[in-house]
Amino acid sequence: MPQQLDYLKETPSQTAGPYVHIGLAPGAAGFQIYDQELGQDIAGPNAAGERIRVEGLVIDGIGSPVKDVLLEAWQANSAGVYAHPEHGGEVEEGFRGWGRVITDFETGEWAFETVKPGPVMGRNGQMMAPHINLWIVARGINIGLNTRLYFEDEAEANASDPIINVIEWEKRRETLIAKRSERDGQTVYRFDICLQGEDETVFFDI
Amino acid sequence: MTKPNQNMAEYYQRDRRWHPPAYAKDYKTSVARSPKFSLISLENTPSEITGPRFGHNDLAPTDNDLISNYAQPGESPIGERIIVHGRVLDENARPVPNTLVEIWQANAGGRYRHKKDTYLAPIDPNFGGCGRTITDENGYYYFRTVKPGAYPWRNWVNDWRPAHIHVSVFGSAFAQRLITQLYFEGDPLIKSCPIVATIPDPDAIEQLIARLDMNATIPLDTIAYKFDIVLRGRRSTLFENRLEGN
Ligand SMILES: [Fe+2]
Repeated sequence: MPQQLDYLKETPSQTAGPYVHIGLAPGAAGFQIYDQELGQDIAGPNAAGERIRVEGLVIDGIGSPVKDVLLEAWQANSAGVYAHPEHGGEVEEGFRGWGRVITDFETGEWAFETVKPGPVMGRNGQMMAPHINLWIVARGINIGLNTRLYFEDEAEANASDPIINVIEWEKRRETLIAKRSERDGQTVYRFDICLQGEDETVFFDI
Repeated sequence: MTKPNQNMAEYYQRDRRWHPPAYAKDYKTSVARSPKFSLISLENTPSEITGPRFGHNDLAPTDNDLISNYAQPGESPIGERIIVHGRVLDENARPVPNTLVEIWQANAGGRYRHKKDTYLAPIDPNFGGCGRTITDENGYYYFRTVKPGAYPWRNWVNDWRPAHIHVSVFGSAFAQRLITQLYFEGDPLIKSCPIVATIPDPDAIEQLIARLDMNATIPLDTIAYKFDIVLRGRRSTLFENRLEGN
């Protein structure tokens, strides 16, 4: 027998189930236990850049909003720097770049406030358009789904984004573009996520 | 200001045959919630190789003790007192230090403290059902809790979840993010559970079963189970691998 490679196998995923809120957002489950719940402030008070609201629905293959989803967002700051020691740049004090939100139990709407990220250098010197990385878990989702939110008003950067261009079908690229509007003086991006069906969002194996 | 670094080593590709597929018809809720198109495979960029960091400021020292973190003073939850402990490792068998581990579970009667859970087993006034901790420099973590009960759920008419604890882990990159469930050695419900069975490989299922650990048991006090968690491993070389002139 040849030598063993001695790698371990990754722990297999299991669904987050309907009660994910107990662990990750206990206030939403209906009780107060931690002094601070994590992931409620993505950008912090000192972050430079445009303040935005991002909102949407998660829609199943029947066309119905999914009301027990938890989403996590991971993004760079407005200068395109991630709050991570290996990325090497500096971020504003209090900028974490990470947040988690749940869908409303009645309407299925989710929303978070942050700053619009800047472009981030990707592989081989190719600049990536501004984007927010999203991870979606829920009952019925056996392994977390990864996607990226890009911004409608970054058409030029989006057109040359190396990730968007990996997607063979131009029509499907549209599923990653959040629509911009103004509401009560605030910039709002709408990003509905379709888990399945004709308008199925592009999900990535990262 | 230092310049962002794009020379960062990649993570090994996820073995999608080891994980459950999105669509698993016997777990009925997955049917309408599973993407039909193939995932688009991405080579890691800084967006995937970075990820959130957590520190001891983010939590309280007692957050990993589910026996006390929601109990009235002088009281404790009903149930079998257990320790769940182990290490977070990567596929290279190296410890993952300083990473956030969050858990949630039903109480000893199989009831969740959640406004959407209507199972007739009672809420335990002394049990919240969630905990969190950060691994130490050796990747070690530790929780004290009570063993959760089995509970019925709507799938087929007579489905019961084996006793389980939900586990969420971060690692150091967004590409390592993982949620799973821990089961207990010897539970006869494991083999009939449609959620367990979403995992196609029996060896992968074994990886989710915590082992009774008598050496970590506290005599006359608390019994122990060991549960190691493995996150994606990472290459040791950088990904800026284009040859000159290409
Ligand atoms: Fe559960």
